[in-house]
Amino acid sequence: MGLPKFEYLRPKTIQEACSLLSQYGDKARVMAGGTDLLVKMKDRAVTPQYLIGLSGIPNLDYIEADAEGLRIGALATIKSIIDSSVIQERFRLLADAASKMATVQVRNMGTIGGNLCNAAPSADSAPPLICLGAKAKLVGPKGERVIALEEFFTGPGETVLKAGEILTEVQVPNQPAHTGGAYQKISRVAVDLAVVGVAALVTLEGKDGLCSEARITLGAVAPTPIRAKRAEGVLKGKKIEDGLVEEAGRVASEEARPITDVRGSVYYRTEMVRVLTERAIRQALE
Amino acid sequence: MKRLIQLRVNGELYEVAVHPHWTLLEVLREELDLTGAKKGCDAGDCGGCTVILDGKPVFSCLTLAVEADGRDILTIEGLAQNGQLHPIQNAFVEHGAIQCGFCTPGMIMSAKALLDENPNPTEEEVRQAIAGNLCRCTGYVKIVEAILAASQGGG
Repeated sequence: MGLPKFEYLRPKTIQEACSLLSQYGDKARVMAGGTDLLVKMKDRAVTPQYLIGLSGIPNLDYIEADAEGLRIGALATIKSIIDSSVIQERFRLLADAASKMATVQVRNMGTIGGNLCNAAPSADSAPPLICLGAKAKLVGPKGERVIALEEFFTGPGETVLKAGEILTEVQVPNQPAHTGGAYQKISRVAVDLAVVGVAALVTLEGKDGLCSEARITLGAVAPTPIRAKRAEGVLKGKKIEDGLVEEAGRVASEEARPITDVRGSVYYRTEMVRVLTERAIRQALE
Repeated sequence: MKRLIQLRVNGELYEVAVHPHWTLLEVLREELDLTGAKKGCDAGDCGGCTVILDGKPVFSCLTLAVEADGRDILTIEGLAQNGQLHPIQNAFVEHGAIQCGFCTPGMIMSAKALLDENPNPTEEEVRQAIAGNLCRCTGYVKIVEAILAASQGGG
């Protein structure tokens, strides 16, 4: 059947892109890598009359570290995130999750901005970034704002983006010393969406190695990625041992609110939250 | 309205007038008669349309032709040189990695991209590299063997 017809616009600046998006409103969609949008268009789930290609805007795909942390341009491909040495050294959790996304081909084409704005509950980049305390910079015709990623998602496929707004940057703060993270994902086949995704980030402090900070974010088991705050509370302030890890897993699975769909049942997903939370915490400790 | 774009395919420069909604896959097959890349699922799931764009393997069925303007594309037709098969192609033939052949062009492009980036992959790395290419015939064993053989200079 192919793609439905549309007019293709190729702005050279973010401002131009925002103004085109405001001008055409509901009739337009922005496109980065196209790996989610074009599939939806082929299915006729969305049929924009205007496609605003963002790939003509230079310097939107940077990965830069500065004194405060990391800034990632929205058009940075998943592949560039995996290959980035600063992400591998200081924000390994993110590279870990990115390497588990989709296929080689999609990782070469897809972008971090696209993954976040597509806002699938199973988006693999979201749980790690939420654990890391990341923020998103949104630019619109009236100016810019910075939102905590934890508050960015409002439902399956839905975000706080207002008309004319484009996500341009992801900001990740530096992490304290002795912080480790991991992303565990289970899927039907290696290249599929997550049936359950769990990101865990733990910080240990002092000579007793007490857990001073724990963040656990669950993907694909609620309408949006969610923090498992009660499970985090199980670990915080304590010395992490086997029994505690198991309890955190149990509590996390109680916080999950999965549905049954073609990829997995409520029962399986709930159980897997428990298992993957345990594995993620253990891997994070390493 | 059609737009004139330039595609450098297998080292040759082509000028084509394309509609914005045409994919690179459609332009390769229908405008340039390069039918090696296949329209299998047309949805980025099967990998039959895999080509190498600016050195990276991508799904041409999810690439707009207008966004490939001015860029370098390598397809299966560009691998053989002077009538000689590329070592990866040879390896596929020698190792019985081809049955119906439909997945083969995409599979070989993914393999080439892997070996260009990682000349000595482990079996696990080969399997990860072709995870985006489905084969309904072979069960993948011979394909993986062929790619490993090609990486070792065999094939």
